[in-house]
Amino acid sequence: MAVGTLPQRRVHPIRSFLVGEEPMTTGLWGIIFFIFSEIMFFAGLIAAMLALHSDTLFWEPTNGAGRVEGDHLLPILFTILLVSTSIPMQFAAFAIRKGNRRAMLINMAIVLVVGTAFIINQYFEWTHAGFGISDGPYAATFYTLTGFHGAHVIGGLLFIFAQWLRGLLGHFDARRNTAIEAATLYWHFVGFVWLLVIFPLVFFLS
Amino acid sequence: MATLAGAQTTPYAGANAWRVILEWLTTVDHKKIGIMYLWTAGAFGLVGMAFSLVMRTELAQTGTIISAETYNSIFTMHGSVMIFLFLLPIGAAFMNYSMPLQIGALDMAFPRINALSFWIFLFGGVLLTLSFAVEGGTASAGWTAYPPITLDSGNNAEPPGAGMDMWLVGVILLGQASIFGSINFLVTIFKMRAPGMTMWRLPLFTWTTLVTGLLILLSTPVLAAALVLGFIDRNGAMGAFFDPSNGGQPLLWQNLFWFYSHPAVYIMILPAMGIVSDVFGVFTRRPVFGYRSMVLALVAIGLLGFIVWAHHMFTTGGVFLPFFMGATFLIAVPTGVKMFNWIATMWRGSNIFPTAMLFSVGFLMLFLIGGITGVFHAAVPVDFALHDTYFVVGHFHYTMSIAATFGFLAGCYYWFPKMFGKFMNEGLGKLHFWLLFIGVNLVFFTQLLLGLDGMPRRINDYADNPGWELMNMLITIGAFVSAAGMMVFLYNVFYSLKWGERAGADPWEGTTLEWATTSPPPAHNFDSLPEIRSERPLFDLRFGERLQDDPHYHVNGNGHGNGGGGARTPSATAREEG
Repeated sequence: MAVGTLPQRRVHPIRSFLVGEEPMTTGLWGIIFFIFSEIMFFAGLIAAMLALHSDTLFWEPTNGAGRVEGDHLLPILFTILLVSTSIPMQFAAFAIRKGNRRAMLINMAIVLVVGTAFIINQYFEWTHAGFGISDGPYAATFYTLTGFHGAHVIGGLLFIFAQWLRGLLGHFDARRNTAIEAATLYWHFVGFVWLLVIFPLVFFLS
Repeated sequence: MATLAGAQTTPYAGANAWRVILEWLTTVDHKKIGIMYLWTAGAFGLVGMAFSLVMRTELAQTGTIISAETYNSIFTMHGSVMIFLFLLPIGAAFMNYSMPLQIGALDMAFPRINALSFWIFLFGGVLLTLSFAVEGGTASAGWTAYPPITLDSGNNAEPPGAGMDMWLVGVILLGQASIFGSINFLVTIFKMRAPGMTMWRLPLFTWTTLVTGLLILLSTPVLAAALVLGFIDRNGAMGAFFDPSNGGQPLLWQNLFWFYSHPAVYIMILPAMGIVSDVFGVFTRRPVFGYRSMVLALVAIGLLGFIVWAHHMFTTGGVFLPFFMGATFLIAVPTGVKMFNWIATMWRGSNIFPTAMLFSVGFLMLFLIGGITGVFHAAVPVDFALHDTYFVVGHFHYTMSIAATFGFLAGCYYWFPKMFGKFMNEGLGKLHFWLLFIGVNLVFFTQLLLGLDGMPRRINDYADNPGWELMNMLITIGAFVSAAGMMVFLYNVFYSLKWGERAGADPWEGTTLEWATTSPPPAHNFDSLPEIRSERPLFDLRFGERLQDDPHYHVNGNGHGNGGGGARTPSATAREEG
């Protein structure tokens, strides 16, 4: 976005990639601080899981069901799908920075569809897990971590859906797009906390 | 200051009662939200004080008046109400009210989220207190809620009932309110400062708001994690997290809990320190000594606060003692810097002692005793001897409870004219101060002695050891003297609201921006702002021209402790900014 006659502001490329070249709005600062608090929340849960894992006599579910049934193909597939939705979400942000609302809506629709599919798969995982939440530390952390992550995915999807509806109504342009940038940052957080931490710990920690 | 005339409207003029109520219920104005926090937290504080009087009545003599179960419930609710519903929100009250005024902002960055914070806090508080009405009563595992006594996994003779769940959910809500509030404070300070208000010109109370905000932001979510794990543990997971008989670890709760609750004591004390710093800056008629060292000490306390949590767990045998002992000792250093700076501010100042200043000096004395006993505790061998005695109770009340309360009371007397346009009565204020000061020292110094003698905490009866009954009676008398002091305060508040002497825009000859607008300020806070060229813009406005040629007058601070910034004349500052 050209800024008229003002001299070009020097912006770090990473910052430019993530939140554009415009000055950061209060809303963006707000979502960044909020994501920090969310990171600490998941850090607490994950620390709890690691602590339990490091010092427990029976990690496997106590009902003898085994940790996860069958192979890991479906969880891996949906992990890849969820994390790769960061790409269309970022494209949506790129598009609206250029003022292209139509491209933004299409990219967000992809995110909404794939994100919803991820949640449906999580529901499938839960109903086919073979153990209940009361079956020992592993079972309890499995439901807690995937549950809270799922809740955050649903929250992110609702957030994106609300902005998508606003986009349909003609909101957002190249300068007024804080909500889209905020949703993008939040969506990256939701994807990466799954990819980097929860998924490997829940499915591969032996 | 022509801008200060006019714009003086009372918010109540010509409005009927329903309008006024609706306006307060729907307000997003940081000043009104701050005042609502103040009233609500004050009311909860009185409730917490009533609990303490029940406990002191029980402990005045040997023998029991109330049952052990009731006593457990009362001391649990005393701690929970005082910490989560009084000390934390009353800090939020002043941060809400004063911080945007001090940085020259219109309002908070997110006014509606600010209102949301307040209402979440209120409903969390109501949920916590409603637990008296459910079967099984309130939570009764202490405010620290250590499992497995909080759990209902078949191993307890009398498992706690729904009150425990209400406690867990209530505290999650209060934590959420804190987190939203902290995001608001941080973004407001980073983004909403008036032109010229650089970070090194923020008033010290605003600096404490910033550091407190960071502490809340990074520690409260960990408490939330602990609380949801506790809730799941009680409802479904059958103790898989915290009950050793089902594979859980009680120490895990303690680690998560104290990861929040140690920073939480700084969340409570830092705003009080900020208020005291501002009060010293006004009533000594000097700039606060070592402004930059104050800020750096504050940041150091905040950082160190994150790596000392396990000093609450020395006797568990599950933590690495030398590290946490050393880190805890280190905190005494920045705290000492602040202490000496406050004293140096008073040194050769033109000190005057209205009630706000009295409470600030009282804060120093109480915090000194609390801080020194804190260093005792940091030493592992001493802690092993004194753990869970009344020495601990005396120590933490001296620091985060009473010292913080003194700081907040100083804030009440200091900002009351700004909030309501009227002075609080000084005579009643001084009576309040002396009653409270004598009362709390009687209570908590005697508790230190009693703790050295080995009396355990959280017990509703005690052996008839020599001196114990006398000391307990003294504590009870002290508690009632303090309560009498607080009643004087309560009377003073209502008396001053109705008959208090009118205060102008700047009744104390303040130095920070909140005194540059009317009392009470208009909804938009400022009609115009003075130029901001130092951390004391109003001082510059009042005396800057007269002192321009004085070689000892430097706009950016007073030259002392001006951390390498050097002396800057007004013209130099103007050039840099021009």
